[in-house]
Amino acid sequence: MKLKNEKKKDALCTLIAIAVMLVVLIVMELTMKSTSILFTVLKKGMIYALVAVSMNLLNGFTGLFSLGQAGFMLIGAYTYAIFSMPTAVKLGDTVYKYYDCAISLELGIFPALLLAGLFAAVFAALIGLPVLRLKSDYLAIATLGFAEIFRAFFQWDAMGPVTNGANVLRQYKDLTKVKIPFTNIPFPPTLFCFLVAGICIAIIVLLINSSYGRAFKAIRDDEIAAEAMGINLFKHKEMSFVISSFFAGISGALLAMFQYTVQAAQFKTAMTYEILLIVVIGGIGSVTGSCIASFLFIACNEWWLRFLDESSNNILGLNILRSGFRKVVFSIIIMIIVLFFSKGIMGEREFSWARARAFFRDPFGLVSRRKKPAVSEEVSGDA
Amino acid sequence: MSFLQNSLPYILAGISVGGQYALIAIGYTMVYGILRLINFAHGDVFMAAGMFMVFLSASLPLGAAIPLVLLLTVLLGFLIERAAYKPLRSAPRMSVMISAIGVSYLIQNCALYFTGGLAKVYPQLPWLSDTVTIFGAVTKRVTLVTPILTILLVVGLSLFIRYTKVGIAMRAVSKDFETARLMGIKVNSVISATFIIGSLLAAVGSLLYFTNYASVTPTSGGMPGLKCFVAAVFGGIGSIPGAVIGAFIIGIAENIIKGLGWTTFSVVFTFALLIIILLVKPTGLFGEKATDKV
Amino acid sequence: MKKVLALVLALALVFALAACGGSKAADNTVTIGVFEPASGDNGAGGKQETLGVQYANSVQPTVEIGGKTYNVVVKYVDNESSNDKAPSAAAELVSAGSSIILGSYGSGVSIAGGPTFEAAGIPAVGITCTNPAVTEGNGYYFRICFLDPFQGTVLANYAFSELGVTKAYCLNKLGDDYSGGLVKYFIEAFEGLGGECVHEEFPDGNSDFTSYVANAKAAGCGVFFSPVSTEAAQLIIDQVVAQGATFPLLAGDTWDSNVILQAAKGKDVNITVTTFYPEGADADFDSSIKAWINGNSTNLANNGGDDTVAAVTAMGYDAYFFALAALQKAGSTDPAKVMETIWSTEINGVTGPIALDQTNGDAIRNTAFVKQADTATGTWIALDPVTIN
Repeated sequence: MKLKNEKKKDALCTLIAIAVMLVVLIVMELTMKSTSILFTVLKKGMIYALVAVSMNLLNGFTGLFSLGQAGFMLIGAYTYAIFSMPTAVKLGDTVYKYYDCAISLELGIFPALLLAGLFAAVFAALIGLPVLRLKSDYLAIATLGFAEIFRAFFQWDAMGPVTNGANVLRQYKDLTKVKIPFTNIPFPPTLFCFLVAGICIAIIVLLINSSYGRAFKAIRDDEIAAEAMGINLFKHKEMSFVISSFFAGISGALLAMFQYTVQAAQFKTAMTYEILLIVVIGGIGSVTGSCIASFLFIACNEWWLRFLDESSNNILGLNILRSGFRKVVFSIIIMIIVLFFSKGIMGEREFSWARARAFFRDPFGLVSRRKKPAVSEEVSGDA
Repeated sequence: MSFLQNSLPYILAGISVGGQYALIAIGYTMVYGILRLINFAHGDVFMAAGMFMVFLSASLPLGAAIPLVLLLTVLLGFLIERAAYKPLRSAPRMSVMISAIGVSYLIQNCALYFTGGLAKVYPQLPWLSDTVTIFGAVTKRVTLVTPILTILLVVGLSLFIRYTKVGIAMRAVSKDFETARLMGIKVNSVISATFIIGSLLAAVGSLLYFTNYASVTPTSGGMPGLKCFVAAVFGGIGSIPGAVIGAFIIGIAENIIKGLGWTTFSVVFTFALLIIILLVKPTGLFGEKATDKV
Repeated sequence: MKKVLALVLALALVFALAACGGSKAADNTVTIGVFEPASGDNGAGGKQETLGVQYANSVQPTVEIGGKTYNVVVKYVDNESSNDKAPSAAAELVSAGSSIILGSYGSGVSIAGGPTFEAAGIPAVGITCTNPAVTEGNGYYFRICFLDPFQGTVLANYAFSELGVTKAYCLNKLGDDYSGGLVKYFIEAFEGLGGECVHEEFPDGNSDFTSYVANAKAAGCGVFFSPVSTEAAQLIIDQVVAQGATFPLLAGDTWDSNVILQAAKGKDVNITVTTFYPEGADADFDSSIKAWINGNSTNLANNGGDDTVAAVTAMGYDAYFFALAALQKAGSTDPAKVMETIWSTEINGVTGPIALDQTNGDAIRNTAFVKQADTATGTWIALDPVTIN
């Protein structure tokens, strides 16, 4: 009974926290300059959080080591850009300069977002059939290979009427084109990212906590035992793969909206590695970890460390600060995390109110540390 | 005859680049054989060897620079293993792989920092860089030297692994890590030796490769690294002859495809080959069959 | 140990955050954002273009706007020659409070970064991005250089009439707006003259040009046209020499760089390029910028190790003064005001008079300079400039 009350209280806390966060976001968007780098980081951070969580669903919860995330983002981004582009732009020659666009359909923002996810899911279902029979490293390499093949396929000349060849797609409906429904007032762009990505992440969390999610975890922990328990391995693996790709597709579409332009060349393996690093830094198997890590990663990469690149910040006449130093520092930080905190920020745990309360009572274990010797003595005495 | 005349440049280029790929692929395959680790940083070690050469040859004569490059590259490979992989020996395999990705990131970014983001021109090596004509095809001498040198090195390596104490220990460790340790083999030194050999070959590979394509950038290691890794998987990861044959096949096929005018697909071909072999024969051409353990 | 490390990391981040928040611009400064690559494919070219801006800034560090003297703060951001890094680099310039943006070398990044400037309402002035798509459909992008349809026509005419070639080999990088666009316009013009073209593209990360050169030889092409980045150019030149190919190499403004001269020096190869500014056209400018470059080892390194004046450097110099003129004319540092007056801004630069047309905001330029590499001395020889009306 007490447990149930605790649960209800925690759910209420979560809801309040989300509401407060959204209100703060709205107030910030209304009062601060919209061009502030803070919003850039928040938007990109949220988009990466979504794709990191979707990758975590595969790698952390189902135990499938896949490196194809960039490929599915590519599919999502292109689907969104092509279908949300106004027909007038498609017929004109500012975007499709060298080809005649073969797709005349123009969709609204939400149908296009959904279609982006669906296309990625369909491709995933198709390549999942052969690829998911492979194990661990081999699966990783095969998915990585498919992501590279997608990229080349989208850049292919013969695909030009659809994908504009290897050239950029632009002038589709980006974040500034989102309107509050039934009005002509622009929707706050950061809020939009948070709402769409937040809902997607919430769906993934619900899935993880459902009976399917338990089956995924069973497969991760021991395939053979899971199969013996009557879990259909292939069905569940394919399901996890398709769902993960669906959300990767949506985050690709959001990325396209955020960037204003999209081009196949950016979805390289390096991008998958970045997402993988986010997942690992956050903790493999922790949704909150992936979210926190994604904001930290993007903020460090694009904002906080920028001052290291400016030679005007050099002190003592040393000439170490110059273009590129930021990245060196950043990769050293990543190496430190990987080597010394290999469980990541959250490990396999999720954020919980109980732990948060405990943390505030005793931050960094400073209080309990003094008591610890007494405890261990007790234990050794027992032994 | 005219067919030969026309296709010879492509085949020559393919054989030469295949030999260079082979030298890098051996590093991948040996490390995987022993640690079950895809060493993503290996392509960057290859690039770093090129950078060492660029910077050293600016102040030293080539006779001194080349041995120093080999030495520095070996040292780099050794240090990477000690600093980034050894502490994670008991961690899950995924953590080690992430560490490899992190190292690759670090090497690339350091190279970016020290070069200021500019492509560096690789020094001309006398004799190797000279142009020669064979059967009417004009090419650099390095094109002809590469396959011969590659085969010599591979034969040497095979003998080394078959007959020396370290070689036997390597085979033992790759067969069964734990048992080898119990038998008194110093696993850590064997692993270091593997990295040293892999880096040495990568350094030789980089000398040949960059003499042919004389420009080094921080990302120069990326694509060749990925292709060599595919070559290692194709040949059956863990198998040295497999890696060499895989590398030659990929090098030659890639150039023939470019010669046919399908340039967009030269990279795709590599990956398509990879996926086909993984689906048909997941252990590669010469790989041993892995058994599932409960 | 771990806890200490975690604490140190956290503190470092907080410190970094504080350092970022600390920089506030004083009210007697005006910020000009420079959106240029300092790394990646176009790093070398971007650095040379930036040098022009830096030199101009050292010559004229203040500007009088609306009766008040402002210090000009130039904010440099590296867009890494990469279309996906461009939007965040652009956002960085916007949030630094730039009144006007200059750049970029390479059309792709300008196209990718353009919408960010448009959304922020800050005018951007392209220095050497020649692809038409940079300004088309983006009301906030202007440029002071000529366009690819023009440059492509000049090059095609040169190949067809001057070199007397009827079959050309064209090579560009896959997905690169600059080389892809220029090759497209070259082919259009060359085929219009009655010539024939073989067109190929190489993927990102490619460093093996053996097969491309062999293809050109096998197809019996009389000229090799590849207006790619200088990084790829070095490899192409090397490969052409290695295979003993005899056809001349032809390229656009990117190849007008001492990187090319250094790669071609002492080799048997014929390279011709079209460009914005021939060294020697303005002796005063040349001698003073050479002195400035030689006076600082960083500048010398950024210019590729010698004091050849690249056309992009001269263009960067002009762009800076164009930006100052626009600010003066607006009488305010408010980007919206600059946006209104920039259309009618005119200056007389070292690369010639600069004025913008009223449709897309492109420079009205109809002259391209033609240069040929002297491989014995490693310098450029200026040929007759080409004017098309």
